Amino acid sequence: MPNPSAKKISVSLNINGEMRQVEIRPIDTLLYVLRHHLSLTGAKPGCLNGDCGACSVMVNDNVYKSCIMLAIESVGSAITTVEGLKDSPIQNAFVKHFAFQCGYCTPGFIMNCQALLLKHPHPTYEVVKEWLSSNICRCTCYQEIEEAIFSVVEGRVGGTSE
Amino acid sequence: MYIIGKGITRKDAFEKVTGQAKYTADFETNEMLHARLVISPYAHALIKNIDMSEAEKIPGVRAVITGQNLPLTGEELQDRPPIATDRVRYQGEVISIVVADNPYLAEQGAQAVNVQYEPLPVVNSPSEALKPDAPLLHPKLGEYKKIQGVYPEPGTNIATRTKIRKGNWEKGCAESEVIVEEHFAFRPSDHAAMETRCSFAQIHPNGMIEISSSSQAPFMIKRLIGQYFGISTGKIRVNTPLVGGAYGGKASTQLEILAYIATKEVNGRLVKILNTREEDMLTSPGHIGLEARVKLGSTKEGLLKVAELTYLWDGGAYSDKSIDLSRAGAVDCTGPYHIENIWCDSLCMYTNHPYAAPFRGFSHSEVHFAFERTMDVLAQKLNIDPLELRNKNAILPGHTTPTQVLLNSSTVGNLPKCISKLKELINWQEGQIKDLGNHRVRAKGISCIWKTSTIDPNATSAVILIFNPDGSINLISGVIEIGTATKTILAQMLAERLKMDVNDIHVQMEVDTLSTPEHWKTVASRGTYMAGRAVLAAAEDIIRQLKNIASFILRAREDDLEVGYGKVYVRDDPKTSILIKDIAYGYTFPNGNTIGSQIIGRGNFVIRGMTYLDKETGAGRPGPEWTVGAEGVEIELDLRTYTYKVLKAVAVIDIGKVFNEKTAIGQVKGAMSMGLSFAARETFWFDDHGSVLNPQLRTYRPIRFGEHPKYVVAFVETPEIDAPYGGRGVGEHGLIGMPAALANSLSTALSVNVNYLPLIPELLWKIKRGEK
Repeated sequence: MPNPSAKKISVSLNINGEMRQVEIRPIDTLLYVLRHHLSLTGAKPGCLNGDCGACSVMVNDNVYKSCIMLAIESVGSAITTVEGLKDSPIQNAFVKHFAFQCGYCTPGFIMNCQALLLKHPHPTYEVVKEWLSSNICRCTCYQEIEEAIFSVVEGRVGGTSE
Repeated sequence: MYIIGKGITRKDAFEKVTGQAKYTADFETNEMLHARLVISPYAHALIKNIDMSEAEKIPGVRAVITGQNLPLTGEELQDRPPIATDRVRYQGEVISIVVADNPYLAEQGAQAVNVQYEPLPVVNSPSEALKPDAPLLHPKLGEYKKIQGVYPEPGTNIATRTKIRKGNWEKGCAESEVIVEEHFAFRPSDHAAMETRCSFAQIHPNGMIEISSSSQAPFMIKRLIGQYFGISTGKIRVNTPLVGGAYGGKASTQLEILAYIATKEVNGRLVKILNTREEDMLTSPGHIGLEARVKLGSTKEGLLKVAELTYLWDGGAYSDKSIDLSRAGAVDCTGPYHIENIWCDSLCMYTNHPYAAPFRGFSHSEVHFAFERTMDVLAQKLNIDPLELRNKNAILPGHTTPTQVLLNSSTVGNLPKCISKLKELINWQEGQIKDLGNHRVRAKGISCIWKTSTIDPNATSAVILIFNPDGSINLISGVIEIGTATKTILAQMLAERLKMDVNDIHVQMEVDTLSTPEHWKTVASRGTYMAGRAVLAAAEDIIRQLKNIASFILRAREDDLEVGYGKVYVRDDPKTSILIKDIAYGYTFPNGNTIGSQIIGRGNFVIRGMTYLDKETGAGRPGPEWTVGAEGVEIELDLRTYTYKVLKAVAVIDIGKVFNEKTAIGQVKGAMSMGLSFAARETFWFDDHGSVLNPQLRTYRPIRFGEHPKYVVAFVETPEIDAPYGGRGVGEHGLIGMPAALANSLSTALSVNVNYLPLIPELLWKIKRGEK
């Protein structure tokens, strides 16, 4: 268990293109710092155990589960949360294909898709499966999410909302 | 139709894909205190001592709360202490709440509370609970407060018993030429909504209690906390923002009670409790388990003559909603068939398991698993095609339900039409089983379904519509946006009635009981039905007011006017009109005289003619209509490893009327996915001591991306006359048939009777080897 009296240190985090100065404990997770210190609540707690992916963010264009990453590990890296995406093809594809219902897992899925598309602009189904199976969606049947990501791959959804 | 039926974008879409959508846990303030629970590691034990001294010494810990002097709680039977004092009855039961300045300190405090237990023998299944020598979990069962229609049996572990006595059981047996009897069992499991439950509460200086919670039932929280603690309901205000998945699990009132107790202990300061995943699965209520016996008799031609059913529900340690769940299991205790003679005993049993909340389908997927499996067994014995057997016995207008409701073409959907469409979509003609060679087979399984709601007979829904100066309308309803897009549908209904642009309807997503009219609970697939009727009533109210003002200006009788397309116009001369925006706040004549003012529409609704069930026969009218459907799956199984893949899942539902094609299909497919996940892999694994071995998402593993089959959804539209635009409930129905259909496909593939869940390869292997 974290030692609550552990001394805080001041670090600077590069989040969504902005440098943000925060007082953190070395044992604070990135998720905790995003939500509790920076009010960036797009990344969600779901299990705090790396099982569900609701907390997924991008660190230097790779997808990470922010509940099992220490904030201090992200110093010097470029962190992108869902709040850092604006009018991106994958967001618009999620809207168009009804790839969410309650919306709680959505930021995590979107960040995972975004990182996947950066790395593999034309992924095979197997690659998509490997990446997206790390997140859980309890409302949709996943077919909608599949349609959303492949509509971006196939260039059917652009960057401007329809 | 103008906008009904179109797949318009959800009203919550852009908030949700940008991370701006706010859920309960997203709200935080600097002065907020945080609570952590101390929970029992034992399923059944006496509490010998609770030592809080170490926890209280921690700087920053503001309160360590135990359960003395708290009222008993429970929605139908008050059997549950919110915090256990002398005895725990399930693993995860709350022993203490520690309140501190931040989550870390609360956690540290919780770990410092030292509890001594004396373990007791556990009741690990409902059939064990029924044994005469079983430990008695509630010795004071006869003394608990209860509401109407609850029949506890003191001196036993039976929290309530619902009896269905329809027709003449002896006659039905005598007329039966073929009889089958099967036994079924599955353990409790969980909803595993991605948002774990969260509540925060404070008491304002004027005494107003304000609670925010991830709930499907904020209005019920208000009523229940008022009732339990003797507080006027007007002094309780409950807020619910967007909810991150619920599936019935957030219809129970539990964490809110703890948040209220916590704030009371710290002089009304704001206290937040956020469940960990483990607490969400163990401490807060989960998905009910069942043991069932189904006996069916028919003629040689396959006409059902009698059904004899025993359902033993694993209600867990406390009865809360499981009493109602066991009642709903009796209401639709058979599949959707015409059966004149039915005998059913549905018992809500106490066990030392986590207690139950509603789960999507409200007992129907559970009952259908047992019943529809038995239908396949009967079909096999009769040597009749299983789909044909169902078609032959399909429930039709003119038939009666198990609770003796006489159906008509409005109150029940068209099952034969669903069956015939399923037949086509699953390519039934090609055969139920196909040997692919190389130890692989493909097999199909089917299930028919039906469901009505069993909500309180006096449950109401109300809607307020408020005009903006630009003529757009704010729609305010107590329905919770749990993911179903109901509030988008309500906007579509209003746009349809007023023939206006749906983008000019602004929906309030959040619910605040101080300003939002009540919608009883967002459950039972009744949101569009009840709130929809309230919307239409409110629309009539504003139409009347608009016409009233316009009649002065247009110099026409009110009944010569029409409202639509942003105007009020004269029916036979539409050019004589006035814009709604010019009269939405009244009308000002050139000299300044003004008539009317801001138009506010109000509408409310209660379902007509609902009744309680008769204690001895179960006769009564629990819901307004029955949605029916026919569902099927196709699997491919490896006969050596017993691993299988679901290739295709099909559901044909008589939805009455499709409001929004995209969201309707999404609801059905999502429900099917949840049903397959429940059937194929989800369960709590209990050890001999009643402890759950897998209370986390690493070991409790729902279906993930890539494991999904191809989903096919089709609708039949048989309107329900009383429902807005004829629509029937559809939020749960995709789930109901999946467990039975999957088990039927595997039973066919393996030529055995697979009567247990979850359907994991190990189970199939054991059944095939005759070990289970």
